[in-house]
Amino acid sequence: MIELPAIRWGEPYRSLDVDEIVHFETGELVARVHVVGAGIIRRDAHKAKRARQALLAMPPAELIEKCKAAGELFENGTLSVGDSQQSPTDFIGQQSATTGMPLSMCQANMTKNAFVLKNMGQILDCLTRGLNLDTLARGYGEEGRGVTVSYQAQCDALGAVLPNNSPGVHTLWLPVIALQMGLVLKPGSSEPWTPYRIFAAMVEAGIPVEAFCLYPGAGADIGGAILVSCRRSMIFGGSQTVEQYAGNPKVQVHGPGFSKILLGDDCVDDWQRYVGLMVDSVYRNGGRSCINCGSIYASRHTKEIAQALAAKLGPIDVFPPDDPRAGLAAFTTEGAAASIWDALERDIEDPQTTHITANYGERLVENPPVAYLRPVVLHCGSPTAPAANREYMFPAVSVVECPQEKMLSAIGPTLVTTAITADENFRRDLIASRDIDRLNMGEIPTPQLDWLQPHEGNLFDFLYRSRALQIAP
Amino acid sequence: MNDTAQIASEKEIAAARALLDAHAVEMVAWHFHESTGCPFWLEKKSEMKFDPLQEIRSFDDLKKFDPFEDEWLRGGPVRRWVPKGLADKPVYVFETGGTTGIPKSRIALDDFRTDYSLFSETLPDKYFPRGANWLMLGPSGPRRLRLAVEHLAQHRGGISFCIDLDPRWVVKLIQKGWMEHLEEYKKHCIDQAITILSAGHDIRCMFGTPKLIESLCLALEERGTSLAEQGVTGIFSGGTEFTPQWTRFCVEELFGGPPEESGIYMTPTYGNTLMGLAASGPCHAANNYKITYYAPQPRAVIEVVDFDDTDRVVGYGQTGRAKLTTLTKEFFVPGFLERDEGEREQPYEKYPWDGISEVRPFHRLASATTVGVY
Repeated sequence: MIELPAIRWGEPYRSLDVDEIVHFETGELVARVHVVGAGIIRRDAHKAKRARQALLAMPPAELIEKCKAAGELFENGTLSVGDSQQSPTDFIGQQSATTGMPLSMCQANMTKNAFVLKNMGQILDCLTRGLNLDTLARGYGEEGRGVTVSYQAQCDALGAVLPNNSPGVHTLWLPVIALQMGLVLKPGSSEPWTPYRIFAAMVEAGIPVEAFCLYPGAGADIGGAILVSCRRSMIFGGSQTVEQYAGNPKVQVHGPGFSKILLGDDCVDDWQRYVGLMVDSVYRNGGRSCINCGSIYASRHTKEIAQALAAKLGPIDVFPPDDPRAGLAAFTTEGAAASIWDALERDIEDPQTTHITANYGERLVENPPVAYLRPVVLHCGSPTAPAANREYMFPAVSVVECPQEKMLSAIGPTLVTTAITADENFRRDLIASRDIDRLNMGEIPTPQLDWLQPHEGNLFDFLYRSRALQIAP
Repeated sequence: MNDTAQIASEKEIAAARALLDAHAVEMVAWHFHESTGCPFWLEKKSEMKFDPLQEIRSFDDLKKFDPFEDEWLRGGPVRRWVPKGLADKPVYVFETGGTTGIPKSRIALDDFRTDYSLFSETLPDKYFPRGANWLMLGPSGPRRLRLAVEHLAQHRGGISFCIDLDPRWVVKLIQKGWMEHLEEYKKHCIDQAITILSAGHDIRCMFGTPKLIESLCLALEERGTSLAEQGVTGIFSGGTEFTPQWTRFCVEELFGGPPEESGIYMTPTYGNTLMGLAASGPCHAANNYKITYYAPQPRAVIEVVDFDDTDRVVGYGQTGRAKLTTLTKEFFVPGFLERDEGEREQPYEKYPWDGISEVRPFHRLASATTVGVY
């Protein structure tokens, strides 16, 4: 059992309110997290300036080096986390124990986060389009053509209300420290592990401890207080959360991705060539991410494609988290898997929709106190079928029959689109589409992210604003 | 029980119990006699399988009544709750709920004054000076609290200032997810409070809900001042959000230390429109800010009962649901199951009857309850 105090600008705080986090299967106590109320968060927010000042005292190049060191420590070091020493194996075991994710998935996400930390310099170079980071530290600089360039920090610290389901998303806030802003984090209620270990690794690497606040716990009050008191925040949630914060310039919201693969008419007859890519896009990371593919659109061969996917995905079974074959994560919230299955069954009742994995055994596997959902492949006769644009927290994909010329008007907002086509006209339309955020042209699985590209808006643009600054000669 | 308080003696406990038994019999006699009872209970009596006038001989006998259903309080005519024995007196009506649909109504004549006069005796004069003026930073409109706090101030020789706060609108904002509006509404309330505090009215005492006290302190801090600088020395608050951790935060950070250092004394209370007001035993750093409430017996009783067998009181230190009984001439509520749970606490010298600690929303209903909304 590990005790995780709240962190208030680097200072551990032991609260009288403690939440217990238990093993998803055995109920054994894994962690006690110290929970603070909204008042403490709001009061601490008044001191955010000190976090920025501490980071501004360190040149960006030095912060980048320290991030690299933190990446190494995060991946391989034994670190002081809460009241314990935590090895990488401990971390992976604890994360799996409270989230129900297979160890292999935890390991993969750890590698992903470490990669971003280790490549921070390059990532920032791309996010800022090659800006000399000293320009940010100083407030202004020289563009190189005799032009002054200035960026205004929009906050002293970024607030982040983090999810439980996908430890890979932590990559999104990692660059903040190197951009010389503090972090105010609310870890997911059953996944405090990544934020706490990253904090420990960064501090061990020499990043000022006063740059960090961590407020663990399950209460909605905590997230609400962070969003209200930080001038810039990111939040992860469902469609309702996206709707709630849409148009709020202070909040960058990350919700469902509804990511897709579009097969152009010029390539669709070769569909067999892309089955591996499609399976990988649906199944990688247990199908839990917003970047996993939820729909595949093609004008023909859709039934054959669905059957081919079902043949690969349908037999995938449930294994214990420590089994190397495990690729599916448990649903640890009581009733969640059954409720998702009910929603799917309602979709399947639609006359245009066929359940292609129906002959591969029961999809809902109840294994109290948890449940699993085995992969589902549906076929939709048209994009008007209710299942044509869904996203679930497990590998589920709808293969949708849709004429190429109607695809872009049918797909709706899509985080990642992999478009397999060499048709120049279609490519131009894809590039122009305002519904597509990340566009992969060609054979790139949807979860394969290029870290040198922005994700759901550029973090740099969110945190800094280009402005005029004139200096008298 | 708080570890610095003295457990009551057997003799004190027995005396309190005897008083409660006698009071219960007296109140049942009042509410179920044709000449004094209210139409609601007299009608209920005709449906009962027992005669309350004959068979209620002690407090425990009240278990013979079916649990009180607060749904009975929705809708009228409200006069059916007015005892015949008090029919010629001026009557108030207080409401709870009502964000959507018909609110629950409770009639009152003097109960709120009596409850708060009794509560007044628990307040230390050093921090709640006689004659000082008050600020009521809580819900306004058709609520008991506003008039009750005003009476408390008057009872102690002061005058109470209050703000406009509509909790039904606050609940709607939360339900709609309009958090920015919620924030603005809260600011609107706090602005009213700061305006009053800064207007030279010599306000030394206040009531506030936990969220509003917190917001007021933070807003004052942003303006470079504090509650102490504004002259406030005594605060009472209440509700399930008044937790030990919240108290600690207030005392250690918002107020600047315990009363002897900061000059601010805060005391928790627990209650509702049906029951009245339960005061707390001592609550400070030495006992980890543990909060234990004691009902104003014999006018009201809090029992901590088994979640499933609600006639059975749990053992001391064990967890159960709060069951409230109100026994006044104005209002009779036998065994109302509150939406809260907590631990049963030992009687102590000042309150020689059971208390309840760590009050929080009843876990089986918690997800459906919006707490601490204003």
